[in-house]
Amino acid sequence: MTILLLALRRLAASLPTLLMILVGLFLLLQLAPGDTVDALMAQMGGGDPATAEELRRYYGLDLPAAAQLGRYVLRLAQLDLGMSAIYGKPVADVIAERLPVTLLLMGSSLTLAFVGGMSLGVLAARTVGRWPDTILSTLGLVFYATPSFWFGLMGIVVFAITLGWLPAGGFEEIGTGAGGLERALDIARHLVLPTMTLALIFLATYLRVMRTAMLEVLNLDFVRTARAKGVGETAVTIRHALRNALLPMVTILGLQAGTMLGGSVVVESVFALPGLGRLAYESVVQRDLNTLLGIVFVSAILVIAINFVVDLLYGWLDPRIVADR
Amino acid sequence: MSLFRRYRRSPAAIVGLVLLFLVVAVAVAAPFLFPKDPLSLAGRPLQWPMANPRFVLGTDPSGRDIAAQMAHGARLALVIGFVATLISIAIGIVVGAVAGFYGGWADTLLMRVAEAFQTLPSFLLLLVFVAVFGSDITTVTVAIGLVSWPAPARLTRAEFLSLRHREFVEACRVLGMKDAKIIFQEMLPNALPPIIVYASIVMATAILLESALAFLSLSDPNVASWGNLIGAGRGVLRTQWYVSAIPGVAILLTVLGVSLVGQGLNDALNPRLHNVGD
Repeated sequence: MTILLLALRRLAASLPTLLMILVGLFLLLQLAPGDTVDALMAQMGGGDPATAEELRRYYGLDLPAAAQLGRYVLRLAQLDLGMSAIYGKPVADVIAERLPVTLLLMGSSLTLAFVGGMSLGVLAARTVGRWPDTILSTLGLVFYATPSFWFGLMGIVVFAITLGWLPAGGFEEIGTGAGGLERALDIARHLVLPTMTLALIFLATYLRVMRTAMLEVLNLDFVRTARAKGVGETAVTIRHALRNALLPMVTILGLQAGTMLGGSVVVESVFALPGLGRLAYESVVQRDLNTLLGIVFVSAILVIAINFVVDLLYGWLDPRIVADR
Repeated sequence: MSLFRRYRRSPAAIVGLVLLFLVVAVAVAAPFLFPKDPLSLAGRPLQWPMANPRFVLGTDPSGRDIAAQMAHGARLALVIGFVATLISIAIGIVVGAVAGFYGGWADTLLMRVAEAFQTLPSFLLLLVFVAVFGSDITTVTVAIGLVSWPAPARLTRAEFLSLRHREFVEACRVLGMKDAKIIFQEMLPNALPPIIVYASIVMATAILLESALAFLSLSDPNVASWGNLIGAGRGVLRTQWYVSAIPGVAILLTVLGVSLVGQGLNDALNPRLHNVGD
């Protein structure tokens, strides 16, 4: 129970950060040329200045900046993100429609990167200095330097165009009327390339972290003790070393949650996936700042939530963190 | 001298240095090899590489010479990477030094701001900057610098925290030196090596960020950029995949070179690491 309290305290400490982000975003919005009313008027195909004035009064845009800031934060606290200029719907609704796709993509990529990076990292550490380690470490460096969108495009060229094994984009086949398991399989087939594209860079990072952590743990006294009492090499790796080496992995996972969300903007655009990232891209192109800021706000909350889970994982992996307090 | 001797012990570091040197050479030679505007019409669109001796790397969907865009793109990638890194490291050093040197509320406040920046996905923040301030190349470069300062700031802060109670700092205080002089003339040179190593990571990330932005055609369309070219090749991916493939390889090699040099510097600056076996 104590770890929950600890994590909750960390969660509470991130509230001022969130507030600071909101104020920063609001100030940025003030700097932007044109406001919501300009965007609305442009969408209506122009209008007279009197209507604009009335609309500004309606949206409270005639108030001093400080009062506007207060209203803005208050609205966000009620999860009212305003209206989207391009979709003509509340931003919260638009985001809610797109969020599941992004969460699915992030979840599968994170799993692939974590499990793949962990296994390959262990393999590299076990064969340190020999050829599997050299190959894996070199591949890790190369993958780390690859632009993800380019990897995605090349994946399309090879697997969708040349070999024809996988679809080149989209979330599912439209108009098949399939449901249940068939639909799930179809979506999974569409997500193979995007997941691999997004996971690649993170897999490379996890591999390096895992390798270093394993090498460090395998040199500790308790591992030597385990070996001395005759525990087999596989059991030492899995039962004794792995759990301890996982701590830095979990740290990186929390630190990179935001980076992964940013990466999904690009990957979703490459594969035409109707997710949050693609929505962010569309709202930049169409100058829909309200939607863009809503996405940034939701992303920040998502990152804070992921870090909350990471804090809980810490306590489960390493009971000493709780016991120390 | 001994730093260089330690540096060249690692083959990976040598490979990195060679890669980086090649990119710099191409960037420097670009205006001499391709004096014409790389974005001007050069010939029939979509000629395969080697098909026409005039265009070694072929032409893109608008009939522009890919080789010329590649060479001028190298200049852009290096300049953006370097300037954005300079901006982010400069902000990072000032913020980190002040936070680490003074501690107290200044530290708390500055680290809160850094945390706010790190909570936001940096690519999304970059999109916000571009949406608000436009996407000419100067704005994009400054924006990339602005989203990447928190990590160098944290690093500088950690270095300053470990330095602030050292004897030479106490001695400077006793001599009545001004804070600014202690920070920048006495402490900073001691804190600099890990920051310089980290700068290579910032630079690699900056080049990747710009290329991603350009690929989404949210960067400056009026300059020859590798990312722009990949984006331009997207429409003809089905048949003329080389348009997108070539600039991607260039980005990969450049980023790889920068990272390898950074890693080599790190190993050369921390020789103890060699004995640990990693």
